[in-house]
Amino acid sequence: MYASGKYGSRGPALIPRMKTKHRIYYIALFSLVLLGLIATGMFQFWPHSIESSAEWTLEKGSVHDAPLIRLPVSSPIPERGDLSCRMHTCFDVYRCGYNPKNKIKVYIYPLQRFVDEFGVPISSTGLSREYNDLLSAISDSDFYTDDVTRACLFVPSIDVLNQNSLRVRDTAQALAMLPRWDKGMNHLLFNMLPGGPPDYNTALDVPRDRALLAGGGFSTWTYRQGYDVSIPVYSPLSTDVVLPERQPGPRRYFILSSQTAIHREYRAELERLKEENGDALLLLDKCSNLSQGAASARKRCYKGQVYDYPQILQESSFCVVLRGARLGQAALSDVLQAGCVPVILADSYILPFSEVLDWKRASVVIPEEKLSEMYTILKSIPHRQVEEMQRQAYWFWEAYFSSMKAIGLTTLQIINDRIYPYAARTYEQWNNPPVVKWSSVNSPLFLPLIPPRAPGFTAVVLTYDRVESLFRVITEISKVPSLAKLLVVWNNQNKSPPEESLWPKVGVPLKVVRTKENKLSNRFFPYDEIETEAVLAIDDDIIMLTSDELQFGYEVWREFPDRLVGYPGRLHLWDHEMGKWKYESEWTNEVSMVLTGAAFYHKYFNYLYTYKMPGDIKNWVDAHMNCEDIAMNFLVANITGKAPIKVTPRKKFKCPECTAIDGLSLDQTHMVERSECINKFASVFGTMPLKVVEHRADPVLYKDDFPEKLKSFPNIGSL
Amino acid sequence: MQAKKRYLILFSTGACLVLLFCFGGIQVPLSRRGPSRRDDRSLAGFHPGARWRRFQGYLQSFSTLEKDRNEDLNEHMSPRQKRDANSFLYTGKRCRMESCFDFSLCERNGFKVYVYPQQKGEKISESYQNILTSIEGSRFYTPDPGQACLFVLSLDTLDRDQLSPQYVHNLKAKIQSLPLWNEGRNHIIFNLYSGTWPDYTEDLGFDIGFAMLAKASISTENFRPKFDVSIPLFSKDHPRTGGERGYLRHNTIPPYRKYVLVFKGKRYLTGIGSDTRNALYHVHNSQDVVLLTTCKHGKDWQRHKDARCDKDNAEYDKYDYREMLYNSTFCLVPRGRRLGSFRFLEALQAACVPVMLSNGWELPFSEIIDWNTAAVIGDERLLLQIPSTVRSIHQDKILSLRQQTQLLWEAYFNSVEKIVLTTLEIIQDRVLEHTSRSSLMWNSLPGGLFTLPQYSTHLGDFPFFYAKLGIKPYPKFTAIIHVVTPLVSLSQPVMKLLVAVAKSQYCAQVIVLWNCDKPLPAKHRWPTISVPFIVIEGESMVISSRFLPYDTIPTDAVLSLDEDTVLSTTEVDFAFTVWQSFPDRIVGYPARSHFWDGSKERWGYTSKWTNDYSMVLTGAAIYHKYYHYLYTTYLPASLRTMVDQMSNCEDILMNFLVSAVTKLPPIKVTQKKQYKETMMGQSSRASRWADPDHFAQRQTCMNKFANWFGTMPLVHSQMRLDPVLFKDQVSILRKKYREIERL
Repeated sequence: MYASGKYGSRGPALIPRMKTKHRIYYIALFSLVLLGLIATGMFQFWPHSIESSAEWTLEKGSVHDAPLIRLPVSSPIPERGDLSCRMHTCFDVYRCGYNPKNKIKVYIYPLQRFVDEFGVPISSTGLSREYNDLLSAISDSDFYTDDVTRACLFVPSIDVLNQNSLRVRDTAQALAMLPRWDKGMNHLLFNMLPGGPPDYNTALDVPRDRALLAGGGFSTWTYRQGYDVSIPVYSPLSTDVVLPERQPGPRRYFILSSQTAIHREYRAELERLKEENGDALLLLDKCSNLSQGAASARKRCYKGQVYDYPQILQESSFCVVLRGARLGQAALSDVLQAGCVPVILADSYILPFSEVLDWKRASVVIPEEKLSEMYTILKSIPHRQVEEMQRQAYWFWEAYFSSMKAIGLTTLQIINDRIYPYAARTYEQWNNPPVVKWSSVNSPLFLPLIPPRAPGFTAVVLTYDRVESLFRVITEISKVPSLAKLLVVWNNQNKSPPEESLWPKVGVPLKVVRTKENKLSNRFFPYDEIETEAVLAIDDDIIMLTSDELQFGYEVWREFPDRLVGYPGRLHLWDHEMGKWKYESEWTNEVSMVLTGAAFYHKYFNYLYTYKMPGDIKNWVDAHMNCEDIAMNFLVANITGKAPIKVTPRKKFKCPECTAIDGLSLDQTHMVERSECINKFASVFGTMPLKVVEHRADPVLYKDDFPEKLKSFPNIGSL
Repeated sequence: MQAKKRYLILFSTGACLVLLFCFGGIQVPLSRRGPSRRDDRSLAGFHPGARWRRFQGYLQSFSTLEKDRNEDLNEHMSPRQKRDANSFLYTGKRCRMESCFDFSLCERNGFKVYVYPQQKGEKISESYQNILTSIEGSRFYTPDPGQACLFVLSLDTLDRDQLSPQYVHNLKAKIQSLPLWNEGRNHIIFNLYSGTWPDYTEDLGFDIGFAMLAKASISTENFRPKFDVSIPLFSKDHPRTGGERGYLRHNTIPPYRKYVLVFKGKRYLTGIGSDTRNALYHVHNSQDVVLLTTCKHGKDWQRHKDARCDKDNAEYDKYDYREMLYNSTFCLVPRGRRLGSFRFLEALQAACVPVMLSNGWELPFSEIIDWNTAAVIGDERLLLQIPSTVRSIHQDKILSLRQQTQLLWEAYFNSVEKIVLTTLEIIQDRVLEHTSRSSLMWNSLPGGLFTLPQYSTHLGDFPFFYAKLGIKPYPKFTAIIHVVTPLVSLSQPVMKLLVAVAKSQYCAQVIVLWNCDKPLPAKHRWPTISVPFIVIEGESMVISSRFLPYDTIPTDAVLSLDEDTVLSTTEVDFAFTVWQSFPDRIVGYPARSHFWDGSKERWGYTSKWTNDYSMVLTGAAIYHKYYHYLYTTYLPASLRTMVDQMSNCEDILMNFLVSAVTKLPPIKVTQKKQYKETMMGQSSRASRWADPDHFAQRQTCMNKFANWFGTMPLVHSQMRLDPVLFKDQVSILRKKYREIERL
């Protein structure tokens, strides 16, 4: 305020004092700048003003407000479409560019109404409800961009979902008129009902140059693998009908056929199957006595008996999906929605989204020729598999079939995966229903490797200030043959570690790491100094383990490199009275955790603990100075689905749980706190990942009647 | 004062200029770029950047149900006629199984493969001989063409490069004259090299008719999906069987190696495939991205040499190929003259994640392998982005890519036999489509060759997928007692065993396999037990029948027992709880070990007490039922017959098999009494164990088996699993498995 006031008062006086020459100069300069700014503004906002008005009309208006385009008869027609097109030949990948999010950008052309020279629309339906839904879903998604220059994929607003409702030649001309058409490069067309009578081509007949086709009903001869996307034929019943979710299990009928347009040859064969197998089969057809209309689509009949469709599909284990004139059938969607396992008889049909979906786990594909053997083939499928397929079928519908949005976004995701294959969704992400995703484990160390003994292990000793005890531990561990390195994590910020000359002399490198804060999680940090896979975490007061015991522990870890291999074991129990988990350190017959006061594990888990620990567990542990070992046990069990391995017999550990409250006798509150930890962690993980086992690992000849001196690890279990 | 004002004015002018530049200088061209394209403005109603909005109001559906469904009904053409029409229409380059393969040949005898007899004077390359031998040794082989579903030529078609010394002339005539050729229908032709300099076409130089191609370096353009099989290019030194393991020994953390990306290879100065390699130097940084090319190859390289050659050649000689291979996180696999290269398999084995730069190459076994899990599929056009792409890959992903390279290498690529068997299995899966493998079976451990869908198509029926599906094996077992001696008294060991086993809380059923030549005893002579009890009379009386996949086994777990085994209920209970943690391994009691006998250059077998073991005897062991099926179908008849004739070694063979599948040792658990060979003295089987030949036989078995597997699958373990409180100094009453400690 002050500054501006000053400027204001002095300002007027400024000009007269200036020399005329300067004044002219300044005025000229200022007007130049002003002019520049105005010009900028013009350039900046001029096209935008049109844009925003267009947006306004489109938003509020109806389809009829879309601009009308008249197609000249002579306007060019694209080429038919090249069967040899692949992403590397017909797709311009430069438009997608390198992108840290690995996400393609999709542009949608604004809506236009195309008419021919005589003013007749090129499509009888114009924009269909479904295509409108599809485009809206894309525009609401992360893929969408309204900046045509940044787009990698272009979606025309010309609706070609149903070939029967359009005029092929005119539609092709309309496509070619799109401003960015460029031989169809990077354009994506959605079509669900291709071909027309009498021969029903299996791909859209509209000439489309290099455009990608997301088509329903591809056959192996028209589908360009890795270029086109096979999509489902959307069933309008998906939105109209809400079916109650049915748990997988046995159904009233074994096989159900509910399609109305089945060729008489096939119907005859189905009738024959019905005769042979009786009530296990239900063959439905359309109801002859009902008037045509929307209602008839929701009813099916068998010998005068009327059934509700698609509800009846839920009453059968298997549902037949036979080819009609077209390969793609909307019935497939209904069948999946009902959680009925589709039996697909459509030779050469490319199943929807088969590039990413594993249909073998959700359907049975039988060659048309073997229709007569269908019953026998289906009977040979184990019950448990049928149930899995039912669950899988419903999941496919829910995730990929249920709406135009699902279909559209899945298609884009598939194309996205091709352009950024290194960031593609995994098989599990595509195929596992949520319940499996939740309960299954995919261990990050899945390869069965027994690492060589030679690199040895790195012992990481966490210490605060118990130097004497620390030195004893170091001396003891240094006797273990496979020890490669000793790393002392000095967690005391107020005191320096002893001088180098005072440390015990050991035969392996010894490094001291000083930490910035006294945190328990420091012991699990993936220090660069740890060069081996195997880490031995050990407290500075664990002096009772013999060299044989430690070496044996390392050998066991080599056989189970993806597990925690430790000495004292602990157990979690469900306390029925309190209705919560309880920590148990007494002499139990079971083990679900090992203490990390002395445990071998893979360095990978250090990385996981430090960077991938769910929720606020890490902070919680540091704040309470407790339970870091329980947290580690949870983490490892959760990601590997495996129990830890306790090695060697129990011996008297000097209250290993008491490291935090040194010197005190076993503190009851401390144990209570550990029970709380278990409950806290279980709620953060959303499950109880710990696995209970009843075994521990001993040397093969442990306690056997055999000369001790011939045993590899004689000194085990001594007190 | 004046200076101050002048500065002020100057400053504001400057600011204005900057503003002008920002808005005008950058934005103006931008907004101009959009509509600058000639055709853009010519269209009325086109507004760049108009955001799409959902249209309100009534819109018609794309498919009016009744209309479309009725149209669907095509009464004019019978579907059968249509199918027949297809097979006329879609031939040659458009062949598919539906149109070019005769399924009826496979219906009677299943999937059998016939190999033409080799003609005299016809020279066959070593690689092709390996392929033929692998097929003849496989369970698909049939010597009778009348039973065959698939035919394999004995004419060497591997090398169709006319300039190659291996090239077979007059192939066309030779093939046409084959009586069973039938225009190539149901034939599969193996090929590694096709075409020659300068264009390297994929034409084989003869008409393959309806035959399928199993071809290396095949392009997507020529590849007929679900008809051809893309195989990897392998060298003539590729082992026929066995095969080396992958080189990965450690999962180091962090997973980065010395180099990020390496390549060392030839550079073609001209002609097909030269572009990519010629451009590599753009991304070479001689630090962590080391891409080296040499011009020195061929006779007249000097003639074509360009300005970069000398510098490149010098750099090239500074690095060792192997050293780079083992010390790099990623390995570039660019196309050469042909699309595929040896480098692909080399990188895979070395756990160096392949970065594919070979547009249009149909990757090996692409029909079944999800290559995104083991390789980075790059685009030749985006070479300059490759370094930033691979650097952006997260370390968790590197860890898993790397392990997957090893999984795939060992499952499908490390021997000619595996490559051939994979090819055959892929075709079998097409022929028997409703019993075929899901993608999960192919892409996870232990791989498709060990996961046979004829056993079950349900993942949960195999011991390998429990964790992946988030399920557990059935919590009970079926005991199978193999009986060879007649029933004389109730105090016989088998009676005690029967009772002890049936008492286990986990026992679902007991099966006695009566492999004794005496008649079956009456039902009342068996002790009464509380679980279902079945006696199966062995038909062939051979020892392998104990491993038959009986339908009457209702559980996942099998407890296999010899009649003279001494076991208590507690021991059985404990072993079963252990098995539940390791459902893919054999969990047993007495253990044995193998060792390499350097002086005799062969494998040795020992039953001595040792500090480690690699086998557990199946006279008392728990394992998954699936191994019965694998034993019976996967192993060749020759090995099973050998075992049956000797009535020995069946347990060794089972251990070989399971370790070959899991690549892990079996698990030994505590046993109350030591199961010594001497203890067998009292029992009837004493004859078998006391026989001095018996031990020598087992020694021989070891070597025979190792020979068939092509490698030694057994793995040593140094640990035994005991109950948690085993022999601990605590009251015995606290111990759940206290019986095990009592002698």
